[in-house]
Amino acid sequence: MYNSDKVIPGIIIFVLFVTFPIWWNHAKTVAAPQPELPKGRCVESKAYMRSHHMQLLNRWRNEAIREGMRIYTSSDGKRFWISLQNGCMKCHHDKSKFCDRCHRFAAVEPYCWNCHIPPETKKFEEPRASRLLRLFHVPPKLVGTKNTEE
Amino acid sequence: MDRRKFLKLAAISATLAGGVPGFFNREVKAKAYTPPPGALTARRWGMAIDIKKCWEHPECNDCIKACHYIHNVPHIPDRKREVKWIWKDEFEHVFPDKPNEFNNILLAHKPFLLLCNHCEHPPCVRVCPTQATFKREDGIVMMDYHRCIGCRFCMAACPFGARSFNWVDPRPYIEHFNPEFPTRMKGVVEKCLFCYERLEKGQIPACVEACKHKALIFGDLEDENSEISRLLRSRFSIRRKAELGTGPSVFYLIG
Ligand code: SF4
Ligand code: SF4
Repeated sequence: MYNSDKVIPGIIIFVLFVTFPIWWNHAKTVAAPQPELPKGRCVESKAYMRSHHMQLLNRWRNEAIREGMRIYTSSDGKRFWISLQNGCMKCHHDKSKFCDRCHRFAAVEPYCWNCHIPPETKKFEEPRASRLLRLFHVPPKLVGTKNTEE
Repeated sequence: MDRRKFLKLAAISATLAGGVPGFFNREVKAKAYTPPPGALTARRWGMAIDIKKCWEHPECNDCIKACHYIHNVPHIPDRKREVKWIWKDEFEHVFPDKPNEFNNILLAHKPFLLLCNHCEHPPCVRVCPTQATFKREDGIVMMDYHRCIGCRFCMAACPFGARSFNWVDPRPYIEHFNPEFPTRMKGVVEKCLFCYERLEKGQIPACVEACKHKALIFGDLEDENSEISRLLRSRFSIRRKAELGTGPSVFYLIG
């Protein structure tokens, strides 16, 4: 084979390179997320909520907003007001200690919180863009974001 | 659990769950969804605005303040990006189809209170490609913000300018927010929803409740005995651009 002295090491390096994540992480353990559970029972069982909360929330939003069905009767006959902010978060008092712990672990960033307000929020933050602009002293008027001095 | 075990388990459960759907994917059995008890209901919600009472108190903006606070409507000073659910404009702009050089002496520059008309045949609903805007059976033209893709067809279709687009993240413009109600995000359209979230709890809309002069009357247009029906029978009222055939459910009592 022509250039085998270069090609073969090249192949070896390539294989090592693409399999890097596998052997680098080999036998390393990553701590499982520990969401902080509130006391009491959720609308459904823990196992069901763990595996199906996204389906349930999706169904909830359609039933409540589109069909006007605000009351959910769970499998053990209890009734709940369907709402993320005024339902779920009344028990899960801290989004960062519950939702975020698993979502960050799984690298899932749902956009619920672009609109829904988590209970720990006291004030809305400035958008990232305008913080950057201030760093570089770009007058907010130029880009039309809120003038923080006014 | 380490990543290896997790992946193994994930692979096994995915295979099993895919193969035996009825068994492993079994959902929770009893799932009943019902409307809330004690909700206010109607066959067609409507609003009458006693505009003469408004004119007696030109400084009063209680309805606007209440609505915008309770729904986290941002206050954006830039007119091109502003968001509004209920606002005031002058006669000439509100009723451009009713010019009358003599009448204008009476009505010129008079402020009118404006909001979504919750039309009976809403063009905004017809054009929405995702059905984010839809009409409920009780006449409320609803927005499902989860579904809005921000195409703004509805804004082009609404002849009343009742819709606002979020050009920027609205949150920095909300000074005092209501933690019970979500905000919107950049890229969606919003408008008045006749306080559906209050009707569900048996409350009347926030603007109607906030009006200390009782200039706003909210009720069922199809119920002959409702206050609004009686008022509309006994007094002269006009609607915006009624000739377009959208059938606005907001009436201005002027006589
Ligand atoms: S006023 Fe505009 S937004 Fe409201 S229902 Fe009519 S067409 Fe739609
Ligand atoms: S902007 Fe949103 S609500 Fe309006 S037509 Fe497009 S998807 Fe529908």
